[in-house]
Amino acid sequence: MTRKGRRLVLIAAGLGVLALAAGLILSALNDTIVFFRTPTEVAQQQVAPGSRLRLGGLVETGSVTKAGTLTTFSVTDGNAAVKVAYSGILPDLFREGQGVVAEGALLPDGTFRADSVLAKHDEKYMPREVADALKKQGVWKEGENGAPVPARATGAANTGS
Amino acid sequence: MIAELGQYALALAFALSILQVVLPSWGAARGDAVLMGTAAPIAFGLMGFVSFAFAALIQLYVTSDFTVLNVVENSHSQMPLIYKITSTWGNHEGSMLLWVFVLALFGALVAAFGGNLPDRLKAHVLAVQGLIGLAFLSFILFTSNPFLRLAPPPAEGRDLNPILQDPGLAIHPPLLYLGYVGLSVSFAFAIAALIEGRIDAAWARWVRPWTLAAWVFLTLGIAMGSYWAYYELGWGGWWFWDPVENASLMPWLAATALLHSAVVMEKRDALKVWTILLAILAFSLSLVGTFLVRSGVLTSVHAFATDPARGVFILGILTFFIAGGLTLFAFRASELKQGGLFAPVSREGALVLNNLFLTAATAAVLVGTLYPLALEALTGAKITVGPPYFNLAFGGLMLPLIFAIPFGPLLAWKRGDLLGVAQRLMLAAGLAVVAAVVTAAAVTGGPVLAPLAVGLAVFIMLGALTDIAERAGLGRVRAKVAVARLAGVPRSAYGTAIAHFGVGVCLLGIVCEASWSHEKIAAVKVGDQIVIGTRDLTLERMENRTGPNYRSRTAVFSIRHDGVSEGTIEASRRIFSSRQMATTEAGIRTFGFSQLYVSMAEETTDGHVSVRATFKPNVTLIWLGAVVMACGGLLSLMDRRLRIGVPKPARRREAAVPAE
Repeated sequence: MTRKGRRLVLIAAGLGVLALAAGLILSALNDTIVFFRTPTEVAQQQVAPGSRLRLGGLVETGSVTKAGTLTTFSVTDGNAAVKVAYSGILPDLFREGQGVVAEGALLPDGTFRADSVLAKHDEKYMPREVADALKKQGVWKEGENGAPVPARATGAANTGS
Repeated sequence: MIAELGQYALALAFALSILQVVLPSWGAARGDAVLMGTAAPIAFGLMGFVSFAFAALIQLYVTSDFTVLNVVENSHSQMPLIYKITSTWGNHEGSMLLWVFVLALFGALVAAFGGNLPDRLKAHVLAVQGLIGLAFLSFILFTSNPFLRLAPPPAEGRDLNPILQDPGLAIHPPLLYLGYVGLSVSFAFAIAALIEGRIDAAWARWVRPWTLAAWVFLTLGIAMGSYWAYYELGWGGWWFWDPVENASLMPWLAATALLHSAVVMEKRDALKVWTILLAILAFSLSLVGTFLVRSGVLTSVHAFATDPARGVFILGILTFFIAGGLTLFAFRASELKQGGLFAPVSREGALVLNNLFLTAATAAVLVGTLYPLALEALTGAKITVGPPYFNLAFGGLMLPLIFAIPFGPLLAWKRGDLLGVAQRLMLAAGLAVVAAVVTAAAVTGGPVLAPLAVGLAVFIMLGALTDIAERAGLGRVRAKVAVARLAGVPRSAYGTAIAHFGVGVCLLGIVCEASWSHEKIAAVKVGDQIVIGTRDLTLERMENRTGPNYRSRTAVFSIRHDGVSEGTIEASRRIFSSRQMATTEAGIRTFGFSQLYVSMAEETTDGHVSVRATFKPNVTLIWLGAVVMACGGLLSLMDRRLRIGVPKPARRREAAVPAE
């Protein structure tokens, strides 16, 4: 094979792998991304039951009930609330009044069936999407425990990207 | 006093790093050997001052000096000594200091063991190292000073995040940083080669040990981090495709590609331009990782210290080095002479294929990690790209590569014989089919394709051994001769075989864990039983215990396997009063390569406790596989070939470099 021929084979192989990669990446992205929604958006946008989404907000105070391994609670952003059912072990920092992100899908009756629940894992830390969502509703408050999380500092957090 | 001394040391290191950039490169431009010779002593000085600063910070932590803000925020006087030491780098400022410490260490090592490098190359390499040091030292001094004082000092510190109070913190970040920052050496060599416009096989021989050493550390660091997350977070997952994990995986993939392309360059003087590009990319991805972790642009289970104001600074550093490196590459790459020819089917061709797939896989991970950020910046939509994407895109690209692994080392250089190689792999393939069939017959449930994946793993392991057997002529010559030949097989060949074997081991673990894990979630009271596979667990009692800085509630289960007692397993929750935080301490028992994993949640008022018990078959193979890969890398590092070809004086010391 000539030098040119060999180079062509190399380039063809490279393009082949590139095409495979691009195809895989695009199709995988198409099928698997999950949107983040706030309770208000869920209430307004009439999200179709069954489609996967991440729901974030605060765990409504007084809404947590446990029956065996099944926990139900409401996630609120101060404007609307969505009932969430989760079966399994909740994260260590799951508490009433705290930020939480649940991933799962809406059932036809409007309950959100979560298959994973993430809470913040440090008293200084609030999931960023939740902080944004709360600010949108104007209910953002200072971090508790005297932790220095003034609203302005967190505002800067979101221009950081 | 110590804090001030530490800060002076950092400032002096900063000044020295400027000298390390200016003097050697000026010397190289003028051809002045004396000026070029200043590079090594300056690198040692830099190392000395940074080490002093790092030691000073550790000392502040050990003595719980609460006049220092950083110590107050991350330490507690009641913590065990080991965690007082490790919390030095369990926070943003301290971990950046560790980063710079490792960088200075590598700079000094290059200076110490690079005695046989040509003067100009050495001067340029150290100047580039100095420039990286300069950037990160200014980052520390201007935005992340760990030595800031606090007045008036509080009586007690705020404690280290309990999740980090674990021996894992002592090992994982240092290993990972040795890997991340080790890639800066390859980067510096690449930039130096571009500046000089000259590169040859000897260059690859100098670069390969450094890349290999960084790769070994990175492999171990990632495996260690994975195991740590597995046992500490209590979710039982070993890889979450979390952005921070991806940030360490991408440099690893690029470094793996670099290792392989450097082989081609060293042996055949080909793929020069590509190797240089990979060296630049590998370190760029390390910087991207540092940026993602340290800037706070991501929400992540690992982002325990985030301050976006610093993000801009790191973004600046990142842009400077990546854009600078690539621009230099664009201008100078065409001056590098093309090397040897090879046929598409050849060892070189196989290594090119390896590189194509590895870089494509890196790109897939990069896209998945950055796409949510880009989309949010452009449209404001918040999305998550989760495991399904990565499993599909990354898995889809890795599978063909993994299948090709056994073929590569068996192909001849320049022009290979694919059919001949396939024939030599027949035995391995046959046994792999047997393994797949046996697996399919033995297991119940799980994905239909899983036994095939087990077969693939076995094929890779046996294929790796086939290479060694072929080299020794096992089965073709008398046993005695073959054994004698085995001793003569170069260590790098053993290294390759062992590392590839490790890939198979790791794959086997992944497949078994993903396909045949049994999980039970139940709310139990004392005396209740959980059946999991062939084992049953009985909750014997709940206990209260106290640790040095926490209280814990422990559930003690007895394990019975087919009616035979196998002892107990304990899951607990620790409550750290200083931060009002709880952590889950999973109970883990190892049976062979498999593990039983039990974690518990808070007790309800009526005495029930939610428990998740999982039996994970062969799960430890995942990390053992990574350790085997690292051992392969280490063995390859000890190969005589990596030491020769460089003229006399420091030959023996050169060999010792990577072992550091």
